[in-house]
Amino acid sequence: METPLVELKSVSKYFGSVIALKDVSFDVRPGEVHCLLGDNGAGKSTLIKVLSGVHIPDEGEILVGGTHIRFSSPKDTLDKGIATVYQDLALVPLMSVARNFFLGREPLKKTWFLRQFDIEYANRTAYKELSDMGIQLRNPEQPVGTLSGGERQCLAIARAIHFGAKVLILDEPTSALGVHQASVVLKLIVQSKARGIGVIFISHNVHHAYVVGDRFTLLKRGKSAGTYQKNEISREQLLNLMAGGKELVDLEQEIIKLNNGKR
Amino acid sequence: MSLEVKDERVRAVPLLGRLLSRPELGAIAGTVLIFVFFGITAGDSGLFSAKGIVNFLEVSAQLGILAAAVALLMIAGEFDLSIGSMIGFAGIIIAIPPIMWDWPVWASVLMAFGACAFVGYLNGLIVVHTGLPSFIVTLGSLFMLRGLTLGVTRGITGRTQASGLHEYSAGDWITPLFAGQVFRTPIRWLADLGMIDKRADGLPAISGIPVSIIWWIGLTLFFTWLLMRTRFGNWIFASGGEASAARNMGVPVARTKITLFVMTAVAAALFATIQVLVTGSADTLRGNLKEFEAIIAVVIGGTLLTGGYGSAIGAMFGALIFGVVQMGIFYTGIDTDWFKLFMGAMMVVAVLFNSYVRSRAMRSR
Repeated sequence: METPLVELKSVSKYFGSVIALKDVSFDVRPGEVHCLLGDNGAGKSTLIKVLSGVHIPDEGEILVGGTHIRFSSPKDTLDKGIATVYQDLALVPLMSVARNFFLGREPLKKTWFLRQFDIEYANRTAYKELSDMGIQLRNPEQPVGTLSGGERQCLAIARAIHFGAKVLILDEPTSALGVHQASVVLKLIVQSKARGIGVIFISHNVHHAYVVGDRFTLLKRGKSAGTYQKNEISREQLLNLMAGGKELVDLEQEIIKLNNGKR
Repeated sequence: MSLEVKDERVRAVPLLGRLLSRPELGAIAGTVLIFVFFGITAGDSGLFSAKGIVNFLEVSAQLGILAAAVALLMIAGEFDLSIGSMIGFAGIIIAIPPIMWDWPVWASVLMAFGACAFVGYLNGLIVVHTGLPSFIVTLGSLFMLRGLTLGVTRGITGRTQASGLHEYSAGDWITPLFAGQVFRTPIRWLADLGMIDKRADGLPAISGIPVSIIWWIGLTLFFTWLLMRTRFGNWIFASGGEASAARNMGVPVARTKITLFVMTAVAAALFATIQVLVTGSADTLRGNLKEFEAIIAVVIGGTLLTGGYGSAIGAMFGALIFGVVQMGIFYTGIDTDWFKLFMGAMMVVAVLFNSYVRSRAMRSR
């Protein structure tokens, strides 16, 4: 088996008396989509933040490409090729697509003795990178605010890939999107996988995750409730695990009771 | 044209629509309107004679120097209200040492620039590190600087003004840089050709172009270049547009904002230097309300009060409108009391127009 691009071994994280994560192991290999599923408060966000270097775990180890590592900052993590696309996407709506694409990493060109922002190169590259991924821009100078939600998500992902991400952590990339928009993002996830990128796909939408995922890890109340290969588990089983099949049955019973009470 | 369009959802945007998405359009349209208005009402009053043009350009230039720097700061999402009293502060620093202690003028000018840059740095540092609105922080420094200037000046000289600087500044090498005139020879040629009217004694009505106009245009061009064609410019837009996104992408938002606070402070020092060296006197009350006049010029120029959008060219036209209206009202003989009413209304109309322009630019499909 290939060495995982990044691996967490029995990681725990505490916030005061709160156990946010306990003994969670997680990894992602090149060209794989590993879905991290869980309800609100299950510890998904904490796990992302450990992976992206925002939180330093209290126990456990982090391995990048098989070697032990201590992330010192999100910048450090980014330098090691692990890019996180947060829900807010880190885009500036009033700025153009190209300016957003190169935000913080502006290409420079030397003219005489001045170092200028190479806007032509930025426009050209942003346009090309996005069209390579199936996003046809009207104009790289249009403001990001005029893009649809799916297009913005794709822009953020394309940007991370362009700047050399080997591991992509996507935080609920499809949660706020309509059916068509979500499918555009899912296609982009499959494309990234084909490029050999390891994708960590955080979601609570099993339907979206099951379409693109190769492995699934469930988090429940800060603990791992198991990791499954796609061939080991069906969509329904995953749904049941995820939604808490028993809880739904209980809820159903309660509602029936409530309705009967009314009559 | 239709061959270039690949997406069936794209339609060719008419030229007017594309122009409407530029921030400075409102100010350019306003400038044209103002010129037409005064062309009709003040056409033969001398407003558009060589002398009149230089007069309103000089007013515009002084405000425009402030507005250019304020535009960048406002695009980065911050205000600097302290520049009004910073002008008085810098003026006093320039005037008192030569008059009282025989300092060379260049040294006191240098000290004024240094002191203002330091105050600007403090403004920025406090805003960035406390997270307080810059409106409040710089409102505080507006009052503190005015009080400090008054107190120190009266303490040293016993008065609130310092005059008679001309005899010290006349021979100083620094004076022509800020208070001189340029293009004297071309002006004389134009007058000989009859394109500029002459006075009774045969000399042209203007002897040259005040150098402050060159500062204004140069600074505007430099800031436009900075904004549109440098990495720092991208950071300015991002800091004002969405500071958290910028920070996540590694943009040094704090450093960007502090640098801009220093830049507005330096612009205030430049304003003061020009004013003091031209008039030969300093007054602790100089620069009163300039902080708001600069904001008006910048807002007329299409910059958003909330940051993230705007232009330095727009601020230049905003300042030009300011100068033309101020001098136009004077030349037409309307009571100058009406000037502020006019500028205030102008700003409100500009804000309405600009928010319409922006909603067009940001129109989602």
